[in-house]
Amino acid sequence: MTANDQKVLIKGTRDGLTLSLDDQCAYKEILKELQSKLSMKGITDEEPMIHVTIQLGKRFVTKEQKEELVDLIKEKQKLVVDRIESDVITKKEAFEWKENTEITPIAKTIRSGQLVEVRGDLLLIGDVNPGGSISATGNVYVLGSLKGVAHAGVEGDTETVIAASYMQPSQLRIADQVSRAPDYETEGVYMECGFIDEQEGKIRIDRLQEVVKKKPDLASFERRMRNG
Amino acid sequence: MGEAIVITSGKGGVGKTTTTANLGTALALQNKKVCLVDTDIGLRNLDVVMGLENRIIYDIVDVVNERCKTKQALVTDKRFDCLHLLPAAQTSDKSEVTPEGIKEIVEELKQDYDYIIIDCPAGIEQGYKNAVAGADKAVVVTTPEKSSVRDADRIIGLLEQEEIEAPKLIINRIRNHMMKSGDMLDVDEIVSVLSIDLLGIVVDDDSVITASNSGEPVAMKPNSRASIAYRNIARRILGEAVPLMNLDEDNGMFSKVKRFFGMRT
Repeated sequence: MTANDQKVLIKGTRDGLTLSLDDQCAYKEILKELQSKLSMKGITDEEPMIHVTIQLGKRFVTKEQKEELVDLIKEKQKLVVDRIESDVITKKEAFEWKENTEITPIAKTIRSGQLVEVRGDLLLIGDVNPGGSISATGNVYVLGSLKGVAHAGVEGDTETVIAASYMQPSQLRIADQVSRAPDYETEGVYMECGFIDEQEGKIRIDRLQEVVKKKPDLASFERRMRNG
Repeated sequence: MGEAIVITSGKGGVGKTTTTANLGTALALQNKKVCLVDTDIGLRNLDVVMGLENRIIYDIVDVVNERCKTKQALVTDKRFDCLHLLPAAQTSDKSEVTPEGIKEIVEELKQDYDYIIIDCPAGIEQGYKNAVAGADKAVVVTTPEKSSVRDADRIIGLLEQEEIEAPKLIINRIRNHMMKSGDMLDVDEIVSVLSIDLLGIVVDDDSVITASNSGEPVAMKPNSRASIAYRNIARRILGEAVPLMNLDEDNGMFSKVKRFFGMRT
């Protein structure tokens, strides 16, 4: 489809190289041409690393194929693959995307021994009683009392937060961080939010209004897209 | 056609059996036909509390295994002709009966009685499943202790999965001076955590222990505070709006719990 029948188009940009791969031909042809094109130029050692973006257009490649492409390009020592961009994704990926960007509302009391896990953000309309547990790959919002365990960013997103109208959790977990209630008896706090303080690398609880200032992209689509 | 109420708690020792015995007695006092069913197989107690141990001939396992008819296994109470007990077996194990077996018996009893009160064993395993199988309603008993409230919460969660009406709560063994000093969870706190309707509160009363040791449910003694509490609960089960018991002379607690008054079963 591309001009003069080249399967691989190499363009230089400010950020490095862009490899546009033809999306109509066979995958094998691309590999062949890539191999020959890349081995044409001898790059001297003095030059800095060149960052490469691969543009696949409307071609879908599997994980294995992606690895193959990256390996192939890496062989030419001064090239590093930064990104692989494709205009298409599988239905499964799209579904996961959707799930991860959604807010799931649940209206019930989470009692001792009960466990609720969702993908994306969790909006709980009710309480989490002591011994109950909720978790989400995104943020956790509780419109009641949080007295049990809450886990946000289950798959490792450290930007997620846990907010509750009444906060008296036995444990808060965000990504791989855990904080627990002190051993002495404490009163809960109203309208507070737990998050990971980047400076301390630990979970902190602060007023909801303060946290919103620190995490301005809390509700953005991009933030939710990253979940999972 | 009567209704079957299961008395459960999760935790042991909070007063399920005592509550079963006293509610049964209090309902019988109101001239209702009541049958108590003990499903705590292997650790039967209800017959002892009722003072009927020496009258048992057949038990619930015999009925399930069709060694006798349901009517043959029923023991009539010493005090009331309208109160019967279907005792648990002491020599068998909880695995000897199935939820279906119990359900069948309860359905049969429902034809003849106004109320079937099922005493559930502690725990959430087979015994609990057996007890809950036949019930239309559930009453959760708890004491003002964290561990027992936690277990009650767990049980309520499990009951929500059953095809059963939303459970009601009885808070047992209340010691007013400790609640006032904040050493015990107070009624409001427990109700707000468990978020179910309160059916009644029972004060911790020495006469309960005396009565249960003598095989005479405390509900028979008209002047004990626990007895009045059980009678009130029975009246609420019958649909009367009875105010919660005044725990002390001043009306502090009274006004606090006032909002639970309008409860009916």
